[in-house]
Amino acid sequence: MQKQTMTVGLAGNPNCGKTTLFNSLTGSHQHVGNWPGVTVEKKMGHARVGEVEVDVVDLPGTYSLTAYSEEEKAARNFLIEDRPAAVISVLNADALERNLYLAVQIMELGVPLVLALNMMDEVRKAGKDIDTALLTKLTGCPAVETVARQGKGKREILQAAFDLAQERDGTWIPLRITYGPDLDPVLDEMEFIVQAAGIMAGKVPARWVGIKYLENDSSVIRRGREASPEAADKLEALTAKVAAHLRKTLNTSPDAIIADYRYGYIAGITRQVVRYPAIDHERIRLSDRMDQVLTHQFAGPIVMGLVIYLLYTLTFAVGEVPMTWVQDAFAWLGETVKDAMGDGLLRSLIVDGAIAGVGGVMGFVPLIMIMFFLLSALEDTGYVARMAYMLDRVFRIFGLHGTSVLPFIVSGGIAGGCAVPGVMATRALRSPKEKLATLLTAPFMTCGAKVPVFLMLAAAFFPGHEAVVMSAVTLSAWVAALLVAKLLRSTVVRGESTPFVMELPPYRMPTLRGLCIHTWERSWEYMRKAGTIILAISILIWAAMTFPALPEDAAKTFTDRADAVTVQIDDLKAKGQEVPAELDNALATAEAEQSEAALRNSFAGRAGVAMESITSPAGFNWRVNIALLGGFAAKEVIVSTLGTAYSLGEIDAEDAAPLSEMLSKDESFSKAAALALIAFVILYAPCSVTIVAMAKEAGWKWALFSMTFNTGLAYVVAVIIFQASRLLA
Amino acid sequence: MDSCITLRQAQVNQKLRICSIGAEGELGRRIRDMGLIPGAEVTVVGKAPLKDPVALRLRDFTLTLRNSEADHIVVETAE
Repeated sequence: MQKQTMTVGLAGNPNCGKTTLFNSLTGSHQHVGNWPGVTVEKKMGHARVGEVEVDVVDLPGTYSLTAYSEEEKAARNFLIEDRPAAVISVLNADALERNLYLAVQIMELGVPLVLALNMMDEVRKAGKDIDTALLTKLTGCPAVETVARQGKGKREILQAAFDLAQERDGTWIPLRITYGPDLDPVLDEMEFIVQAAGIMAGKVPARWVGIKYLENDSSVIRRGREASPEAADKLEALTAKVAAHLRKTLNTSPDAIIADYRYGYIAGITRQVVRYPAIDHERIRLSDRMDQVLTHQFAGPIVMGLVIYLLYTLTFAVGEVPMTWVQDAFAWLGETVKDAMGDGLLRSLIVDGAIAGVGGVMGFVPLIMIMFFLLSALEDTGYVARMAYMLDRVFRIFGLHGTSVLPFIVSGGIAGGCAVPGVMATRALRSPKEKLATLLTAPFMTCGAKVPVFLMLAAAFFPGHEAVVMSAVTLSAWVAALLVAKLLRSTVVRGESTPFVMELPPYRMPTLRGLCIHTWERSWEYMRKAGTIILAISILIWAAMTFPALPEDAAKTFTDRADAVTVQIDDLKAKGQEVPAELDNALATAEAEQSEAALRNSFAGRAGVAMESITSPAGFNWRVNIALLGGFAAKEVIVSTLGTAYSLGEIDAEDAAPLSEMLSKDESFSKAAALALIAFVILYAPCSVTIVAMAKEAGWKWALFSMTFNTGLAYVVAVIIFQASRLLA
Repeated sequence: MDSCITLRQAQVNQKLRICSIGAEGELGRRIRDMGLIPGAEVTVVGKAPLKDPVALRLRDFTLTLRNSEADHIVVETAE
């Protein structure tokens, strides 16, 4: 027998348990992609019914099927263009009326639909009762009770979808709702025109096109115009006429009437299907009682501060341990390869380029796993919605959204975070403009890799005041992020703020399975990047710092010097005498000076020297320039490159005291330059890993924008600071 | 309908019924999508620490709105 497949979509509101049902239906057989044309995640998975392979597609969570948001567009296009064999409408049965609003819109399209009455456990707990058989009868859609988090009813709902798909065999039977005496005659007329002109023919019912015209749906109106300009003229004229009439007589609009009648239709069903408890109605729910404390005027912010602090300390305290393991493992790998291979370019490429580069990125994987585990837990409990609710007033001033707080904190709002999970966390923002502004400014925060730079400079120029410097840096980063967000929101990301209208879902216990799947998805996404783009960037940076090699005669003077010292040392050793410390030092100095000369001679070094004329107004010498160039790849590189450039050999980022000493003695590097450098490092281009993460979330255009804009801004600010503090000094 | 006020002016824990929604376009759509339509019964159950946004309880669920959005919603007391 030939292998059969069929596609089934999962549609539903946000917070209705759709993803939980998806996970429980498909288990680990799922993969994540992107919907065509939008940056919304598309999740697909497989399930089986008998011999048939069922492709399950998780549609984005939406409340409606208009074309306002990317999620709605993606969901609608899937239904219309991919024509799934059946759709499972996942309903939070505890808020059946509102959840049916989306289901009814899918019924109006005519897609074979089954209803999953999810969260039936909560319905029963609330003392409510739902007559499932009656719901099936009234809607004409098979309804099945489910509790997705326990996997209850999953087989039944899939079977129901399968049976309905077989029975309908691709035919769509659209639901016709009456829209009242004003709109029904217009819709009849429109249906006729649409049919005659063949607008979206064979894809959607003609009446549906009419409804979308009345709802002023820009994408359907555009398609109407493409199909037949004359018909489009007629349809638009009809819409305008009835809109004017409604404005005059009832002071309302067609889309408001449509919503009223749709809800009226739904209320007609739920009145018969849902029975509310008689006495229990006034009982304050547990969730509302929790909110009285958790969103209380004074207690709320205090608890929120604690939650953020805990999230943060837990991630970095727990994450540090496996992070060291991974780093040690890569260090070991590097050493092993180094010992196994002969000295040469290939060894340097593999050890210093590939292993060190990818190792640096992989070191963050444990951190990202823990971070996302905790973040999704916080999100699934419903607390993130409360944070957004409490903080929205503050963030709105800067054109952001209450939910922006999480990406900021994760990126290093409390010094020591990481912008990569921060940027990835912006996915929780459902408002596109606010998301973009958050994503572009979150990398200003003091991430863990920038901290050593600030500490080293503080130790060199503000000894004894390291804590003050760090606090000032963290605070400046927040100020910079918020002000730049405001600037962006009034220029390149201009526009009305997205409506805040947002559900506060009841507090729920997250499921371990859901958390693990989510965590794994994000971490895998990150690791894949490390293996591809990051590897390429690491090799590129390595090449820039290695080539061209020192000319032989120049290298020879250093090796001769080193050889001479080595001969002396060997000589002394052979005689069984103590080797004086000066000789050891002389050897190390010779090697370090060779590294410095090699670095200066490389492409990166030459660029650094060439850029001195541009960077001298900010007080940066060529050594600082190279270090900053390295920082484009990863901020961890700044301190170690600066060490090499100052002939200190290998510098440990955690213990940069020799470098601090060196800098404070350097005549060409002043306190003013240190201040300017601090500002520059706060502001300039995010590291390459962050850039890649940004491109994934918002496209390469914005990732490159952030690279150039941030660096430009950093330069201007650094010059101002350097010049101003020199004048004041 | 002399008792009509905008939702911003409503007291916490007052039972209200929606008279009309003045919002158009995307905001109007989003408000209606959530079931805020004339005749719906709502209660303001809380305000954020800075008095904005507000939390609204409908019969089956809770949602939040900014004050500037609540301005478009006209309500009357439903006792």
